[in-house]
Amino acid sequence: MSEGERTDAESAADGLYERIAAYEGRSAATAGVGKDPVNLPMIRHWCEAMGDAHPAYEGPGAVAPPTMLQAWTMGGLSGHGDRSEAYDELFALLDGAGYTSVVATDCEQEYLRPLRPGDAITFDAVIESVSPRKTTKLGTGHFVTTRMDVRADGELAGTHRFRILKYAPAGRPSKTDRRPPEAAAAAPRRPRPVVNRDNAGFWEGVAAHRLLIQRCGDCASLRLPWLPGCAECGSPEWDTVEASGAGTVYSYVVMHHPPFPAFDPPYAVGLIELAEGVRMISNVVGVPYDKVRIGMPVRLEFLRVDEELELPVFRAGGEG
Amino acid sequence: MKPGEELPPLTIPITRTLIVAGAVASRDYQDVHHDAELAREKGSPDIFMNILTTNGLVGRYITDHFGPGAVLRRVAIRLGAPNYPGDTMTLTGTVTEVAGDTATVRVVGANDLGHHVTGTVTVTVEVAP
Repeated sequence: MSEGERTDAESAADGLYERIAAYEGRSAATAGVGKDPVNLPMIRHWCEAMGDAHPAYEGPGAVAPPTMLQAWTMGGLSGHGDRSEAYDELFALLDGAGYTSVVATDCEQEYLRPLRPGDAITFDAVIESVSPRKTTKLGTGHFVTTRMDVRADGELAGTHRFRILKYAPAGRPSKTDRRPPEAAAAAPRRPRPVVNRDNAGFWEGVAAHRLLIQRCGDCASLRLPWLPGCAECGSPEWDTVEASGAGTVYSYVVMHHPPFPAFDPPYAVGLIELAEGVRMISNVVGVPYDKVRIGMPVRLEFLRVDEELELPVFRAGGEG
Repeated sequence: MKPGEELPPLTIPITRTLIVAGAVASRDYQDVHHDAELAREKGSPDIFMNILTTNGLVGRYITDHFGPGAVLRRVAIRLGAPNYPGDTMTLTGTVTEVAGDTATVRVVGANDLGHHVTGTVTVTVEVAP
């Protein structure tokens, strides 16, 4: 339920994030030179691979497909001699922390002028941002975003923002099964809730099979999730009321991708409106994921996830 | 072209050949795009399409539709579920904005696992003289 907070806290604890975030704003490549000038053979090979028959990319007066922008800056098999020391250091820090794999996630390109055969390519790039630690299907790691200016014969021809995930592989799925096997000996466990002094009472309630809503000691507004102060009047005084357990599906999403460890998509995540008027995010059980509907009545129950963890969930169907 | 217009879908079989040809044509020799064994060691069940190929296919989808006068001005994509060999990707697009000869198109490429790519393309369409 608090994946982001948990991972941020871990990153802060090991000090890695502070060190890698210091690279934001530093150069990723300075005065890089494209290994080949823009040329017809590479354009043709690209169009063959993409199945692209656009007439602008062939014959006399041909221009390069704009989406080739990054291709002209690639190091190829002989590598990136143009990368800055800062970029290499950042990668070395991430490699050293076990985040040895790379996958690209985002690419944003603007094309300012066409690239024509004979254009000499040069480029500069800056490390725009480094994310806190994130957990994805592939594994845990950090996103690194760079922004590159690409020039043709010295004139700005395009910009290229690129985001990669440097990550530690989560595992080695078999070729025949793209999803982690549910019954594996060391099945991944659902994330643990973050329990702190502000919400400990909520989890004590769950342990006693009571869903406790906070009530402001001054204005009597109800609130869930638990917070140290009242969002209505700011009062730090509070007590609790026990939810009756009746509710309706206020909204929901169906998770298909990415499949996080310990979760088996597709599954529905519901925003449940309790009879008391507050809402909470939870699982809707007792009904297939594609049969969950807004307005559906649901009833609180407690799901034992494993020997340590119990969670409030909501069962659809029937009168509670 | 007008806002709300839906582009006809384009279905692309994701063959091993397409993945490798796209990687090589974009000069991307990361092993995960051509070597299945090394891809598995890195946590992937097989080789998968590189982002430059996806970018090229999204651009092609747009210019195929808008014709010989189409010029790409901006392509912004985000990758989700990987394109593995044997899968099929269906690209769909909706025109979200038109200003003069320039259209903005929201593109989604879906495969068996979900959305491989979501993105926005800005294209100028020059009318033939």
